[in-house]
Amino acid sequence: MNRVMFQRLLATEAKLMLREPALLFWGVAFPVVLTVVFGLAGDKHDKALGGLSLVDVYVPVMMVFSMGILAISAIPTTLATYRERGVLRRLSTTPLRPQALLGADFTVATGLITVAMALVVIVAKVAFSVQLPSQVLGWLVALILSGAALLALGALIASVATSARLATAVGTILFFPMMFFAGLWIPLQQMGSTLRTISHYTPLGAAVPAIQQTMHGSWPDVSHLLVLAVYALVASLLAVRLFRWE
Amino acid sequence: MPIIEVESLHKRYGDTVAVDDVSFNIEDGEIFGIIGPNGAGKTTTVECIAGLREPDRGSITVAGLNPRRDRDQLRQILGMQLQESELAEKLKVGEALDLYASFYERPAEISQLVGALGLEDKLSTRYGKLSGGQKQRLSIALALIGRPRIAVLDELTTGLDPQARRDTWALIDEIRCQGVTIVLVTHFMEEAERLCDRVAMINSGRVVSVGAPAALASAAGVLQTMRFHPSRPFDAVVLDELSEVNTITRHGSTVEITGTGDLLGAVVAVLSQAGVAVEQLRFEQRSLEDAFVSLIGEAHHE
Repeated sequence: MNRVMFQRLLATEAKLMLREPALLFWGVAFPVVLTVVFGLAGDKHDKALGGLSLVDVYVPVMMVFSMGILAISAIPTTLATYRERGVLRRLSTTPLRPQALLGADFTVATGLITVAMALVVIVAKVAFSVQLPSQVLGWLVALILSGAALLALGALIASVATSARLATAVGTILFFPMMFFAGLWIPLQQMGSTLRTISHYTPLGAAVPAIQQTMHGSWPDVSHLLVLAVYALVASLLAVRLFRWE
Repeated sequence: MPIIEVESLHKRYGDTVAVDDVSFNIEDGEIFGIIGPNGAGKTTTVECIAGLREPDRGSITVAGLNPRRDRDQLRQILGMQLQESELAEKLKVGEALDLYASFYERPAEISQLVGALGLEDKLSTRYGKLSGGQKQRLSIALALIGRPRIAVLDELTTGLDPQARRDTWALIDEIRCQGVTIVLVTHFMEEAERLCDRVAMINSGRVVSVGAPAALASAAGVLQTMRFHPSRPFDAVVLDELSEVNTITRHGSTVEITGTGDLLGAVVAVLSQAGVAVEQLRFEQRSLEDAFVSLIGEAHHE
């Protein structure tokens, strides 16, 4: 496989993803709009939130929201559909290897997640003066590990789901508890200690505080990074092992 | 010189033997049919030829290549149309063609290909909006877009209406004229008879018979029947000498003769020597389908 082939494939897969309005709405527009809503609801510092404002608290939650939609919901559905409809098998008869299609889809999803996260950060900064991350390196490490953990989980769902329907169902069912533990309904700062402990061991519950800490200049807790790394590693190893091409 | 050689192919899935012992050669430039009932092992055989599956035993050579080991080289010269494989619903026809063209070293001219397949009006139509026949034609276009030396077409016309089927057959004839070797998997005997130079009849994972469709039909001891009005009464004794003739029956003024080989030629020659003209002739030759039923039937009774 050469670069021209992969670029053409990437462009095609990007076009296909941009033709999914539901995906763009939930994965990109919704987190940005919700950031605005939280910004309007509260940009004052609040003791109950550990001295942060509501929008401060929700910026990382909105960032992982986009990751969750695209990695846990979109990726498994896309890949399982390709398998179910014989798209992967069809590609395996050409000089291109079907692995390239998976690579292209992960790249496109990563790109879309990056755009959504950037929009959230920019809107929060411009409209509500949420400070930009001051520990940039730690911020990038936290984002990359979070993205890796979520994409690996998405790949794992695509590997074990026997049909596109099942992949969508599993993705959706996982998405809501994961977002709960990320603090979408109750901010992490206001969760009881049991919930918080559980949350620490969920992928998004580790991602949100890791990102939050870097916004205020500190390096993310090693425990959070470790949880994310374990998810990324275990899920991707299982996905590689269990993935079926047909 | 054969372009594809299959030797003692064996493939099982778990406890199910899909292909038991299949051997045949396919010559360069021919249309070779693989026929047999559903579940006979046709698709598995071609999937092994295309390198999509690893045979458990036996050897396959395609244009001098080993389909598993020389995967990348094989992909450049072998185009394949698969049964039941689709494209992304929202992918446009033109985008699919551009994408697949980019996979090959010297792709076909897209405008020429879509012209030949009658898809020129559909380039900006999404795959999901195409009719069954249009999807099938696109699938053929994608199999041919790399200018393959060999095209493997699996259940090419299944689900097409009669007109679309005939159009597809005409297209296959055209492709062959460009020197492409075609491997056609089908369970339509009419299709095999109409298109194939030779066919391999497969049943329960084994080759029952290989040869030209007509040869298979006659090898199966296939009967021919001719019915005619003689221009004047004649004595049936004149036909007794002919080895081709099996039975002679008269129904009023009609004579019905059954037999094998060049029945028609022999009978007409003898009668014309006797001064009898053959009028209102109707001739029936049992087809590949009959041969198929009798060959496969025998295999079932073994």
